[in-house]
This record gives sequence, structure tokens and C-alpha cells, in this order.
Amino acid sequence: MSLNVSNLTVHHGAICAVNQVSIAVPTGTLAAIIGSNGAGKTTLLRALSGLNKPTSGVVNWMGERITGEKPEKLVRMGISHVSEGKSVIPELTVKENLELGAIWRKDGKEMKESLEQVVSIFPRLGERISQRSDTLSGGERQMLAIGRAIMSKPKLLLLDEPSLGLAPLVVEQIFQTIRDLTTQMRLTVLLVEQNAMGALKIADLGIVLNLGKVVAVNHAQALIEDPAVRAAYLGY
Amino acid sequence: MRKSRKQSTHVPLFILGGVILFILSNFIEELRVLQGTTIAVYVIAISSIILLTGYSGQVSLGHGALMAVGAYAAALLRFEFNCPVVVCFIAAVLVAAVGGLLLGLAAARLSGPYLAGTTLALAIGLPSLANQFSFLGGEQGLEFRVGPPDIQADAAVEPLTYLGKVLLILSKLRTTLATGAWPDASPVDTYKWWFWIAALAALISIWCVRNILNSSYGRSWRAGRGNEVAAQLAGINTARSKVLAFTISAGIAGLAGALLAMTIGTVSPSAFPLALSFSLLTGAVLAGITTLGGVIIGAVVLVAIPEIADVVAHRLGASESVTTNLPGLIVSGLLIVTVLFVPNGPVEQHRARKARHEAAHNSTKK
Amino acid sequence: MQLLNTLLIGITAGSIYSLMAIAFVLVWRSTRVVNFAQAGMALLSTYFGYEAVSRFGSFWIALPVAMIGGALFAALVELVLMRLLVKHASSGPIAGVAPIIATLGLLGVIKSAITIIWGGQDQRIVAPISNNGFTVNGSTLVFSPLKLFILVVVVILLIILSILFQKTNLGLALRASAHAPEIARLSGIKVDAVRTLGWALAGAAGAVAGLFQTVNGNGNLSPDSSEFSLLLVSGFIAAVIGGLDSLLGAVLGGLFLGIAISFVLMYVSSGLFFIAPFVILLLVLFIRPQGIIGVKVGRRA
Repeated sequence: MSLNVSNLTVHHGAICAVNQVSIAVPTGTLAAIIGSNGAGKTTLLRALSGLNKPTSGVVNWMGERITGEKPEKLVRMGISHVSEGKSVIPELTVKENLELGAIWRKDGKEMKESLEQVVSIFPRLGERISQRSDTLSGGERQMLAIGRAIMSKPKLLLLDEPSLGLAPLVVEQIFQTIRDLTTQMRLTVLLVEQNAMGALKIADLGIVLNLGKVVAVNHAQALIEDPAVRAAYLGY
Repeated sequence: MRKSRKQSTHVPLFILGGVILFILSNFIEELRVLQGTTIAVYVIAISSIILLTGYSGQVSLGHGALMAVGAYAAALLRFEFNCPVVVCFIAAVLVAAVGGLLLGLAAARLSGPYLAGTTLALAIGLPSLANQFSFLGGEQGLEFRVGPPDIQADAAVEPLTYLGKVLLILSKLRTTLATGAWPDASPVDTYKWWFWIAALAALISIWCVRNILNSSYGRSWRAGRGNEVAAQLAGINTARSKVLAFTISAGIAGLAGALLAMTIGTVSPSAFPLALSFSLLTGAVLAGITTLGGVIIGAVVLVAIPEIADVVAHRLGASESVTTNLPGLIVSGLLIVTVLFVPNGPVEQHRARKARHEAAHNSTKK
Repeated sequence: MQLLNTLLIGITAGSIYSLMAIAFVLVWRSTRVVNFAQAGMALLSTYFGYEAVSRFGSFWIALPVAMIGGALFAALVELVLMRLLVKHASSGPIAGVAPIIATLGLLGVIKSAITIIWGGQDQRIVAPISNNGFTVNGSTLVFSPLKLFILVVVVILLIILSILFQKTNLGLALRASAHAPEIARLSGIKVDAVRTLGWALAGAAGAVAGLFQTVNGNGNLSPDSSEFSLLLVSGFIAAVIGGLDSLLGAVLGGLFLGIAISFVLMYVSSGLFFIAPFVILLLVLFIRPQGIIGVKVGRRA
């Protein structure tokens, strides 16, 4: 198990957003985390990347205890988080946004290689490399956000609602890219999604959260076929 | 309707306060009476800041300048036209309020740091205008003399004014308090006269501010401070309510300015330095910027600090430069410490603690 | 000739305001605070410079000493005061005004401390370069070798700053932390350290502004110097003209303000020294509240 979370609890002030969550994700697995609004999906991701401090519980990553570590340290341990809502910095150019992902590595040559790699994955970004990133379309921004995460050579990728606000065709494209990246780079991915069907279709593992608690964990395909899950989250 | 009846305006309480202050003023030495006057002036000025910053959420670093506006208005009327003192003070309120209205119109479009910077520029710029117009007296300033009416004069030669008659009765009352006998005449010294004026003005201003803050205006200010958008959705015209707050606050500051000028005897640019604006803000923060109740604490501390600093410096046997600058250092240091550790003021802090305590108590009882 | 003269005086004064405005912008970008103690910090740095001149007898050592001293002091302020402020006063009705009050308090502390250490009387810093104007075609300009020197140094500093911000990883980290601290952290940037660095750079920029404002004036330095009140207000106004968020805006804002004041003093009345900046600020705020080249207001959210 590369990522092992046990009894993780996170509070927002007095509200318990994540309640005693335990999950285990093996290396190379794409795990979809689904659930309704306010189920604690985003908070869970933020706690894993260090943006939110957990109240209690333990997070283990590659056998090391990382509970409550800061994001700037976790990035160096291979954990990359693409936060909700096309997390790019509009004031910077596409290239600068990408360079940001590798900024902690301080190695010019490696940065160049990573840049070439990302451009080969997302040729569209290559075409717009020196534009300011607020000139990009929604889908391109999401590619840029994922590209930035790739720049830091992650082993664990945390993606928060990459499909948010995108056209259906673009969503399909983004999901396919995520699937391909997972397989090619042997990444471990946690994909938080409102679009439960789309996410489960590409995922290996499905995790259902409700009111801060894990209510179901199973193979993604099994969840799609589970009548209860279908009724509650897939809408048919 | 029932609610409005419940909201008492506390008139008897304020009259009682006035009587106590009057009696007190006859039993303390001259220097303390003068300090009492300064405290009363600060009480007024700080209450204007609390109304503006604590309730309507606008920061002004230019209240020293608005005080100067009021002071110049009063002094001009007194100096050029020899108007009665009461008229001068009312003019101070009105002119400063007009100045506040203009500033408030600009301020309503500005948020936090922008407003602070703009009023700061005003505080630095405005006093220098006095040098531009000769009728304002330049650096020398204008004389502003407010003395007690001459009640020794033979009433038959020159009939006493209404104010003089009141004063005559008050002064006799004062001697009666001390000697137990009703005298024929009793002189009033200037300091005591100033104190009476300032204390009366302070009581009236606090009474006004208190009732304004408890009115629907006060509530709309607090709503706007908390969340402007929500307040707008609730039908409050936040821009207009902000301008109104600025106007009222400026008027009160103008009164404080005129009273301050009274105790100095002149109105000049150097009487209203940037440091004055900062002290007022300090006083307001010490008082608890969202509670009018602490205003007296802020005023007393501002007056007491130079004295305490003096004692400390002498104890330490410090040099003159330390002695003269210690008060400034303490005021500023206190400002920082208060903002960092008691951000909502000692009164509010105490209230919150009490509320927490009671809540805990109630829950254990259940 | 008078026109040229007025323009050159304005540009020199404006370049000093630009540095001060840059100090405001750097602090605003790193902690979203307008530092009203900025002029106090510049004053303190200038006293460091004064101390260097009187110890080592050379003006040339004053500039680096003031810059380093200013940077270290500013970093200290960020580490102690600003972090405590975030910890204790970032919620409740006071949150909006707490930074303003705290930096004003700091201004007071600095001024009192300076008076206690160096005394309230005037100290003098004299630049080794002549402030007597150049002579062109027999007539003497107000523009002097000293003013030229100031202009050249400011331009060099601006070039260094722009290379730092646009071409280096450090600059990228500074910009990313300013615009999106959370994304910066997720990219592995130690945002807290970058904030401190932003303050330190501001302290250094303010130090140069303070030193130049002093020698460009009459060379007198005192805790209650009106030159520094003017520097505070002008720097702030220049930053606001530039939109408070943009370094280029700060430079242009400073130049605009310097030239505008220079023309008002020359052609309207020289007594408007202190009120002119206020009037210009009001005009700017009424015409373009987001600053002349500021970002769109909508993006603030």
C-alpha cells in the first residue's frame, strides 16, 4: 500500500468535515472519490496535501508518517495537489505556471526535460507557452493545472474536480488523459469528482463519502453496478 | 412599538452623571480639573472614532484635521465677530460635519487601506492650509479665549446674560457645598469653567452617540461593517449610511477640536499634529473599538500616560530626551500590544469571557 | 527652460517616490497590508546611513549600510509583528483595521525610539556630489549632478529588481506567492519565507528612498522631519496610482506624481507642498479607483 489513511478526522471550526476516514490505495491505482456536496471530499484531499491540518488520525505515504506535514514538504515527497477550480495563476504566463511546478528542484536541466515532457502530453500548452494564462480556455487551464503538477514529478496525484465547468467533450478528453497518465507514469491518483459516472468509468477503485464518512469502498466497476450507489450518485 | 419603548434613552442617568461631575469639580485641585477637561475632550473625540471605525467600519487617520476644522470655525467666529461661546461650539460641529460630509462622499468609494491613506494625506496636508490664508493666522494661529462671564459686575449696571445667571447660581451652589452657607457672590476660575463646559459637552455627545448607535442607523452600520453585500440585499443603502456616519463623526470631532482649542487658548496648525490623530485611534482601540462603554478608559489612559511616563523616567534617572519621548513610545507600544492581544478592547474581552463562562455554567446545569 | 527645469525636478523627486511606492507594493503583495510604518522604517534606515557616514566618514558606505539595515529591520517586523497579527487579530470586527493600527503603532514606536537614541535635533547627511545646478548656455538649471546621480542609481536598482522578478526562480516564487499563496505552497514554495523576503526587499527600497529624500532635500535629518511625512504620503499615493499591486505601476505612479507636484508648485503656488498630493490622490481615486494601470477590480475576488 503506498497511501494508507487511518481514522483521519478534520474539522472546519466546529464542523467535522472528515470523520474517522480510513482508506488504503495501492501504487499505480486510480481511485475515484465520489459523494454529494459537503461530503468532505475536498477537505480530505486538502488534509492529504497538507493544506488543512487534521484533528486526529494518521496518514502514511510510502511507509512514512506524513500526518500534518506542510504542503511545501509533501511536494518534495512526491505528492502533488491540483486544487479545485482550474488552479493556475492568471497573472503568470503558461511557461511560468509550468515552471512553478518544478521550482523547488532548482535544477535547470531537469526543469527543461519536464517542460518538454508536459508539452508532449499537452501539445496545446506548447502552442501557447508564452501567453498569459488568463487567455486560455477552461479546458486548457485544467491541462495547465495538471501539467504544473506533473512538472514536480509526482508519485501521488491529488485531483480536485478537474471536470468542473467544462464542456462534456472536454471532460471526456481530460478524463482520458488522467487515465493514460496513471498507467504510463505508474502514478497513484486520488480523483475527487462530482461527475461520479465519468470518474468511476476510468477509475480502478471507487470510494464513496457521505457526511464525512466512508460509506462504500469497492472496485469502480462494482460500484457502478451497485444499485444503491446507482440510485444515490449516478442518477439512474 | 413595544421595542422602541423598551429602548430607554437614559436621560436621568446622564443628568445624575452631570450632577456628580459638578460636585466633584469643587473638591479637586486645579491641575486635576484641567486634566478632567482634557479627559472630557478625549472622551468626545474617541467616541467619534468609535462611531466611525468601530460601528461603520471606516478608518480615519484624519480626525485630527477634522478637529482642526471645528476649532478654526469656532475661533474665527469668536475672533472676528465675537460670537457667544455656545454659538461658536455649534458652528464647530456644523462646519466640521460639512467637512466630514465631503470627505465621507469620497470615503464611501474607498475601502480599508485606501481610506486610511487618503485620510492620512488629509491629516498631513490640511493644517498647512492655515499658512495659505492670512485670515487663518498662519503658524501663529488665531486666539480663542473662553473665560467665565464676569458675574462680579454690578448686575444693575450691566444686566447678566442668561448664561451668566445660570453660572451665578452654579457658583453659589459650589460655595455652599464647601462652606454650608449661601453666599452673595462667588468667583469662578477659568479652569473650572472650562471643565464645566467640556463635561457638559461630553455628556451631551455621549448621550447622542449612544442613542444614534442604538437606533436603526447604528444597526445598519453594523450590518454594513459585517457584510456589505448582505446589508445591501437587506435593503440598506450602504453608501449613504457610510457617508452619514462620516458626517456625524466629523461633527463630534469638530466639537472636540473647539474644546481642545479652548484649553490651549489659540488655534494653530501645530495644535493638531498627526500624532493627535494617532492618539485618538489609540484611545479608541484601548477603549475597545466596538464598545462605547470603554471610552472613558481610553481617555483616562491617554491623559495618564504622560504622567506615568514622567514618573518612570524620573525613577530611572533618564535623560531629558528619554523623558520627553517616553509617552510617545508607550502610547505606540500600547497600541500594538492592544491590537495584538486584546484586539476588541478590555471591555469587550471581559464581556466575552463572562458570556463564555455563563454559557459553560448553563450547559453544566442542564 | 523653466519647463525643462520643472520636468527634471519632478522626475528626480518622482524617482524617489517610485522607490517608496515599490516598497508599499512589495509589502502589499506579500502580506496584503499597507504598511503605514514604511516611512518610519525608511527614516530608521536613513539614520543607519547617517551612523555609517559619521563612523566611517564616507557617504558611499551609507547607501549599502542603510539598505542592509533597512532590509533586516523590515524582515524582523514581518517575522514578529505581522505573524503575531495574523495569529491574534485576523478575525472579528477589528480584522480589517488591525494591520493599519498595528503599522501606525510601529511608526510611533520607531519615531520615539529614534528620538531617544539620536535626539530630536537635526543631524546632517551631506552627499559628496554637488547639488548646484548644471549650467547650460549660460543659465543655471536646478537639475544638478546629485540629482543625476540619484536618477542613475534609481534606474539601476529598478533594472536589478525587474531582472530579479522576471528572470529568476526567486522572482517567480515572489510573484506566485503574491498572486496565489495556496498554489505557491502546493508548488513547494515556502511562502512564509518568501513573505519575509518581500518585506526585506521593501525595507531596502525604502532605505534608498529615505536616504535620497534627505540628500535631495536640505540634508537635514530629524525624527519629526516633514520630508518623511511627505515621503510616506507620496509613496502611498504613487502606489495607489499604480494600482497597489503592480511594480511597474508603482514606478509610473511615482514619476507621474513627482512631475505633477513639481508643476503645481512651480505654476500654481509653492505653498501647496503638502496639500497637492492629497488633491491629486482624490482626483485619481475619483477618476480611476483601480489605479491608472491597475488590474481590473473584478479580479480582486
